[in-house]
Amino acid sequence: MAKEIERAGIPVAHICSIITISQTVGANRIVPAVAIPHPLGNPRLPPEEEKELRRNLLKKAFAALQTPIQEQTVFS
Amino acid sequence: MGDASRNREYRIVHYVNQFFGGVGGEEKANCEPFTIQGPQGPGRLLEKLFREEKADVEIVATVVCGDSYFAENQENVLRELIPVIREYHPDLVVAGPAFNAGRYGMACGAICSSLQPLGIPAITAMYKENPGLDPYRKTVLIVESANIVSGMEEAIRKMVRLGIKILRGEEIEFPKAEGCFEQGIRKNYFHAEPAVGRAIAMLLRKINGDPFETEYPIPFFDRVDPQPAIADLKGITVALVTSGGIVPTGNPDHIESSSASKYGKYPLEGLETLNSRTHQSAHGGYDNTYANDDPNRVLPIDMMRELEKELGFKPHPWYYATVGNGTSVDNAQKFAKEIAVEMIRDGVQAVILTST
Repeated sequence: MAKEIERAGIPVAHICSIITISQTVGANRIVPAVAIPHPLGNPRLPPEEEKELRRNLLKKAFAALQTPIQEQTVFS
Repeated sequence: MGDASRNREYRIVHYVNQFFGGVGGEEKANCEPFTIQGPQGPGRLLEKLFREEKADVEIVATVVCGDSYFAENQENVLRELIPVIREYHPDLVVAGPAFNAGRYGMACGAICSSLQPLGIPAITAMYKENPGLDPYRKTVLIVESANIVSGMEEAIRKMVRLGIKILRGEEIEFPKAEGCFEQGIRKNYFHAEPAVGRAIAMLLRKINGDPFETEYPIPFFDRVDPQPAIADLKGITVALVTSGGIVPTGNPDHIESSSASKYGKYPLEGLETLNSRTHQSAHGGYDNTYANDDPNRVLPIDMMRELEKELGFKPHPWYYATVGNGTSVDNAQKFAKEIAVEMIRDGVQAVILTST
């Protein structure tokens, strides 16, 4: 889906748990997530820290969208 | 463990995930690797069919690991498991079949691919759309299986046929004849018919509208060049998409928990956050406990709202969701094309897509 939306002309930041799958399907801006059942959270953290973690991941995705790239790039 | 005494002619180690290893379903996908003596689950059929074909094999051990645990700790798991497998002195390692299970396919491919350089032959089987195929097809002989588990016996029969050839050191035929995916290896051989005759015969078939098969398929790499970066986030419309199955409570569009045939479009207007009453996960491919407790963990609406103020972008008032669990590539492409048309119409300039 990331690839098809990008093909249509819209840049996509893909926040995902399994980087290798994202690379295989052809996403260009890849942001590694936390874990499969909770990509943008961590139930083991206190709520405030978990929000901070989510905020940072999302900020990373926005930074990826603002970064010029020539090829598939993982923003870890 | 490590006992290399031979009750049978050939020793096999089998790799399976938590489901086929008898540990449990998605709720056990975080299971750490462990080893069972002898065959387990599909390993029993594997051993039986090998022996039916007069191959004197013994599955000496079954190595099991949870799909999520493997995917999230691949390097560590391989570092732990490869020496364990080696100690059994296997003549062959069989992984899967993984069908269309993505994490399982990646795990099977990674294990086989790590064993080959050590001189331990390893084979697996998966469906043609399994994401584990592309990264590993060049280094591993991968048998083509059906997408669902009802194809178990057929897949195992093919693996047995191939496995016997490897065990006996017989020549492996061309991938198609072996029921495998092509590895992209060129092999010279003498053809009874000179090329010119074959070319003319092929051309005539083509002219007559008869089926014909090229002798040299051109590899097709479908890549999309990255779009230019967004210069300034201020004022641009950013849309959220997820393959993690976050839908309004009750799943109003009845998006399937696996092999989704549709996607949904849901409003975000006026929503400051998601919670366990407003939204849920419809995804059948991961343990939903954490996403149902707090759907922001998959679709981060709470932080989109915070960052909206901080960074000055405009969140698109709709989000799109589907379930990325064994969903066919054709369907995923179709969904995304339709979504993109709407987004362009609505002035969306950037997308954040979240996947579990």
